[in-house]
Amino acid sequence: MGRYMERAENLARIVDVNETFARDEQGANDWLPILKLHRDEEAFFERYKKATSANVVRFYIIDEENPNSIIYSVRAARENARSIRHVISLETWAQLNVFYNWVASLTARNLRLSELSRLCGRIKEGVQLHSGIVTGTLYRDQVWSFYRLGVFTELADQITRLVDIKYHALLPSWQDVGSPVDIAQWNALLRSVSAYHGYRRVFPARMTPTTVAGFILLSPRFPRSLSHCVSNIEATLDELLTNEDLQDVSFPRDSLETLKELTSRSPESVITAGLHEYLDEAQVALLDFGAQVAATFFHAD
Amino acid sequence: MFGGGAHPAAHTDSIRDRMRNMKISTLQRRAQASDRELYNLGITFTVYSDRDAIDRVLPFDVIPRVLSRDDWSHIERGCVQRVAALNRFLHDIYHEQHILNDGTVPAELVLRNANFRPEMKGLDLPHGTYVSICGIDLVRDGQGVFRVLEDNARTPSGVSYVVENRHLMMRAFPDLTGNVGLRQVSNYGMHLRAALAEIAPSSASDPNVVLMSPGVFNSAYFEHVFLAREMGVPLVEGRDLVVEDDRVFMKTTGGLRRVDVIYRRVDDAFLDPEQFNPESMLGVRGLFRAYRAGHVSLANAVGTGVADDKAVYAYMPRMVQYYLDEEPILPNVDTHLCREPEGLAYTLAHLSELVVKPVGESGGYGVVVGPKATRAELEECRARVEQNPANYISQPVIDLSVCPTLIDDSIEPRHVDLRPYIVTGKESWVLPGGLTRVALRKGSLVVNSSQGGGTKDTWVLE
Repeated sequence: MGRYMERAENLARIVDVNETFARDEQGANDWLPILKLHRDEEAFFERYKKATSANVVRFYIIDEENPNSIIYSVRAARENARSIRHVISLETWAQLNVFYNWVASLTARNLRLSELSRLCGRIKEGVQLHSGIVTGTLYRDQVWSFYRLGVFTELADQITRLVDIKYHALLPSWQDVGSPVDIAQWNALLRSVSAYHGYRRVFPARMTPTTVAGFILLSPRFPRSLSHCVSNIEATLDELLTNEDLQDVSFPRDSLETLKELTSRSPESVITAGLHEYLDEAQVALLDFGAQVAATFFHAD
Repeated sequence: MFGGGAHPAAHTDSIRDRMRNMKISTLQRRAQASDRELYNLGITFTVYSDRDAIDRVLPFDVIPRVLSRDDWSHIERGCVQRVAALNRFLHDIYHEQHILNDGTVPAELVLRNANFRPEMKGLDLPHGTYVSICGIDLVRDGQGVFRVLEDNARTPSGVSYVVENRHLMMRAFPDLTGNVGLRQVSNYGMHLRAALAEIAPSSASDPNVVLMSPGVFNSAYFEHVFLAREMGVPLVEGRDLVVEDDRVFMKTTGGLRRVDVIYRRVDDAFLDPEQFNPESMLGVRGLFRAYRAGHVSLANAVGTGVADDKAVYAYMPRMVQYYLDEEPILPNVDTHLCREPEGLAYTLAHLSELVVKPVGESGGYGVVVGPKATRAELEECRARVEQNPANYISQPVIDLSVCPTLIDDSIEPRHVDLRPYIVTGKESWVLPGGLTRVALRKGSLVVNSSQGGGTKDTWVLE
């Protein structure tokens, strides 16, 4: 439930920020990077001819066939919630239910460019309301711990993916660091994850790939950073394992140790050793971690 | 609300006074808000299509059905008596079979019944309780007599609506519900949990009760969630349970945990692929062995379906006398058994005046209402009855009592029935309320939700 909701919020953020910030410097708006970000090009071009803004927005918000769309994620979150409805609060279910019904009622008319930013804002708010209700009402037992593990694993996955694609996008112009296009890209990236103002407080005057990637991935105070997610994952897991029902459970910690090691590095060393390899390693470790949680606690194969 | 002879019943005076001050438009507004709320809260039954889950709200009428203290105490005593007889009957047919041996109830009616489970013979249940949760459908006839239309002794549903309808009314009509001496229904979960703990195997000191659901695709899934939550017990599916050494365990994140009592909302046939339907994906392999060994209790017990068979139903008044030596407090609706020559002859001669029902079905399936049927339908019905008389009963059309109901912008009489819920562990307790179903179509006597029925909040006064 938590993972799917975070995914929906992330999609709304990306659509929104691409619409709002990526367009002006290049005149026309390029929507291809979004498709690349989610490795969705193939699925997209199977059903749409051109990556126009209308098509891509439709694909990511209301296309029920796309497993990476907002409607798909919110529906999955709701069906997930339905199966654990007896342990979540009534308010959680009711809000998710209303939210889903609203998202399901959206049509192409609601996706007009003039409305898009407001629409993405409402979607984000819907998810934020959800996580606020969960935080404020969910009984603090194992359900809460697993909810948090899901949310932070998803956030960590998204942030590494996002930085990875921007890194690819910037690769051709790596020499022209500091060009207006480049700055606009990093700017959009920071804003898409609500990191812009935090970043500015730490680095009032600079904007380089190292400081931006370093902040987004490694700042312990930025709530969506890889670093912040990993330390929350660890804390949540440790607390979970103190539960007396789980005394006999042994959890393999190797992927978590890998993640901790990765987040202990300095931004400079990350960039020098290769950002893409770094992000790849992080994503593999996150996948392993998720699989270990499923295998250990839910006896999944 | 309006008792015999179109005079409103006296016990509803104060409620009618309050409602008189409300405009129709106020009622309509609140009714719309209530519908919206039911939908938003997901108090719904779910219909699945290939790719979507469609949640439907059971139509809710905001004008409550009000029962006086005297009427209720009569119903309550009658229901407790009826459940006592049902349990004694079930114990008997799965043990000595006195009632069959002395011919009070025809043996083949029970022994050849598809819902009779010979596997249950000789198994002793705690307190002899087979039917822990019973829903008895009552109708009130033209003389004001409450009569039993049907006993639901398998897995009666609908109680979640009773409680949720009340919560809804209290939110939408705080000016109506306050200080009228309304008896509470919100403690149903506590009573149910206590009763289920009472039927636990005696070896369990702090019984672990679970609710077993067929899963999210079941149309009553909301109710399963509701009951698990209200009782504060785990909601499980068959795949969450495992049997080892004739003991039932539930898979948890921390390993296996012993289960003592299962409130199962899964039919007998799907409980255990080892014992019953081998195709069942919903059940637990070995569950029945654990049950026979006395290591787990099931509610309701296996094999209760034979007691709510419509032909067996016809013998209920005699069973009350037979087992309890008491006069039945709640009479049946007159029933003609087509298995008996007089019953068959009467049924075929009066087909157009009678309601004909197949005996083993529930939910209103296969029922033919004579006065409403076309000639072709009647002839088809006649052919089916003649071909297999034992499968049918007939009853007179009961002129069901009516309740004022909000229909568009006016208040009109509509026919209602009532399903009280009786919870039995060591003893029986009746939820002071019940599900009032209302036929929203003008003149209709069919209250089933599949055929234009809705519900009302049922108020029992102190």
